[in-house]
Amino acid sequence: MIERHTLSVLVEDKPGVLARVSGLFSRRGFNIVSLAVGPTEQVGVSRMTIVVAVEDLPLEQVTKQLNKLVHVIKIVELEPAASVQRELLLVKVRADPAVRSQVLEIVDLFRAHAVDVTPEALTVEATGTAEKIAALLKNLEPYGIREMVQSGTIAVGRGPRSITATAVR
Amino acid sequence: MPNPTISEAEQPMTTATPRSGPKPAPPPGRPAPAPQAVPGTRAESPRFDAVPMTGAQSLVRSLEEVGCEVVFGIPGGTILPAYDPLLDSTRVRHVLVRHEQGGGHAATGYAQATGKVGVCMATSGPGATNLVTPIADAHMDSIPLVAITGQQSRPLIGTDAFQEADITGITMPITKHNVLVTDARDIPRAITEAFHLASTGRPGPVLVDIPKDVLQEQTTFTWPVEMELPGYRPTTRPHGKQIREAAKLICAARRPVFYVGGGVLKARAWDELKELVELTGIPVVTTLMARGAFPDSHPQHVGMPGMHGTVAAVAAMQKSDLLIALGARFDDRVTGVLSSFAPHAQVVHADIDPAEISKNRRADVPIVGDCKEVITDLIEAVGAERANGTADIGDWWSQLDELRGRFPLGYTWPADGSLSPEYVIERIGQIAGPDAVYAAGVGQHQMWAAQFIKYEKPRTWLNSGGLGTMGFAVPAAMGAKMARPDAVVWCIDGDGCFQMTNQELATCAIEGIPIKVAVINNGNLGMVRQWQNLFYKERYSNTDLGTHKHRIPDFKLLAEAMGCVGLRAESKDDVDRVIHEAMAINDRPVVIDFVVGADAQVWPMVAAGTGNDEIMAARNIRPLFDGDELVTDTGTVAAVTAEAQKDQES
Repeated sequence: MIERHTLSVLVEDKPGVLARVSGLFSRRGFNIVSLAVGPTEQVGVSRMTIVVAVEDLPLEQVTKQLNKLVHVIKIVELEPAASVQRELLLVKVRADPAVRSQVLEIVDLFRAHAVDVTPEALTVEATGTAEKIAALLKNLEPYGIREMVQSGTIAVGRGPRSITATAVR
Repeated sequence: MPNPTISEAEQPMTTATPRSGPKPAPPPGRPAPAPQAVPGTRAESPRFDAVPMTGAQSLVRSLEEVGCEVVFGIPGGTILPAYDPLLDSTRVRHVLVRHEQGGGHAATGYAQATGKVGVCMATSGPGATNLVTPIADAHMDSIPLVAITGQQSRPLIGTDAFQEADITGITMPITKHNVLVTDARDIPRAITEAFHLASTGRPGPVLVDIPKDVLQEQTTFTWPVEMELPGYRPTTRPHGKQIREAAKLICAARRPVFYVGGGVLKARAWDELKELVELTGIPVVTTLMARGAFPDSHPQHVGMPGMHGTVAAVAAMQKSDLLIALGARFDDRVTGVLSSFAPHAQVVHADIDPAEISKNRRADVPIVGDCKEVITDLIEAVGAERANGTADIGDWWSQLDELRGRFPLGYTWPADGSLSPEYVIERIGQIAGPDAVYAAGVGQHQMWAAQFIKYEKPRTWLNSGGLGTMGFAVPAAMGAKMARPDAVVWCIDGDGCFQMTNQELATCAIEGIPIKVAVINNGNLGMVRQWQNLFYKERYSNTDLGTHKHRIPDFKLLAEAMGCVGLRAESKDDVDRVIHEAMAINDRPVVIDFVVGADAQVWPMVAAGTGNDEIMAARNIRPLFDGDELVTDTGTVAAVTAEAQKDQES
């Protein structure tokens, strides 16, 4: 059974590290659902959040192969129930004055924000799980989505402990 | 006439030291200006604190301090600055090869023959891309290799400059690690890390790419330097619980077999392996990469497994109830179709690379660790476990002994009266003996060299196992001879392989590297022809090289043109004579053109895409492991093959 798994990967912030990681996924035939990279609280260390769709045994291979990359410091799998997972969405919706209030009502319901407005369109910013983002988009679709951009998932474990506590190997 | 003594005597007695300005190369015999450069004083491990010099000098000094003795390379535009201080180094010998691929394989041969890191050097662009094949080869066979390449100057990178190639990008999937050095101060650390990464954990190739302006700029040299590799922590100590678990299975198994791979050689664990094998009485198979890790003459050795392995070795794995894999990776050429591989076996899998464990075959007892430590711990744990008794493996041995007796390795003489390639290779092995080093190319001759030469000692068999690189043999033999000048080094090559890299014979002749090359010349791309014979209805598309029909090239003349001795053997009577003649020549490389029959085939064989149970001992002979009874009683392989060949001709 193919499931989605969220991996947090701590890497050295070196040139080419993203190419090393993404190249490894493609040449080993692993399917990336999303990938997001950013800095961490430690200088020189970046954190990648990679969502992969694989079975359990290939997942073990993914983490073992990732661990072989010299610039990869640590890999942790974050279980959905034990972590906070978020995506960011920016979406430009057709909203002339006749329907604008309806669109804003939906935006409010999803606790999203309007970040830009013109007579023809409204740009909405939303954060949430993949499911929430999908639901919001479904509701906005009838008004006409002119443009959208979405980040990969980022995630952090719940509770007081830092990522060092639950390394996967 | 080449002079083999040129290397030592005529090199200037200096080392790469900072120089005030451009100077011509110092004359031979100039006294060494740097006291720490005197050979023999390296045990004191001198320290250097911010000594001013150029990046190029820093590179050469780093190579000297890290213990590099020989570099195989070719200069060119961007690596040129490094070659200037290299001229002065007395500790690093540079061998000028004729093609970068030759340099890469020579470094691999050097590494395989010694266990030390092999080093090759090339310029940017085509120089670097010519190293791609040997780097990929080293990656597949876990060879400690450091490749140093020049790169275009920093301001030009990314502009499609002359001889620019993104070699770190190109080699990312085929190196253990690579790095583009962007600051000359980082050179000592980059070299230290490259050698450390290449030689520790699971060994592999590391590429260091250095822009020309980094080599040229003024910097300082500090040694030793601290490595910065927070993400690199290879596990060498095996887990005690796993070891005890493995020991229990080993003592309880009724049909166990040691499946020994190249990792045992990399871990220098051959003595420990012998002790463990003799302690347990369990049969051993050694893979293509592990030939020599366990003596062929040992009664517990049942041969090489895999596509062209012995019937007994393949059966030992197929019918086993416990595979004890040591430094092996369950390659498809060993397992055949995975789903039918060793169906009744539990698996103990020890490897230093955790990613190998359960990659192809699920391990019941995974052990991550260095083979030397794993085997040492197993000896102790098995010793303790044996106190509780062990299973009787007598029946198992009788089954394997029967197979060994019934299906020994064998060959038949070609019906057309031509020379048998197997005989040639067998005689080379018998005459040169177990102390010689043998390097093979890829194809039929490689398999025959793995089968018919008897390996008794580690690091005497060099070949390209994983990548299957034709053209490996001549340069690898050259590297091995550089590493072990006192050893007799034979290159067993095919006429196809030989034509890919024989230019390095010129290097051998000029640099004084007297290797012996046996060209097993069957006039064809023999292994491909064998498959065309077996699987493509004998339609021989583009496998005839014309080396028989037209004698182009004439290998004897070719050898002589490159400063080697050229010999030829065309009949059985010639064989011993030319081998002895070659053995007597030590001042030049020797090439023997062995003109052999084109129709000889490699047997046994597990056809690609089939399971190991379908192994053919010879044409039309399937020992059929399904029942305990062997289905066939057709006698020896040789007789059967001869019969089959007669059928073919009629």
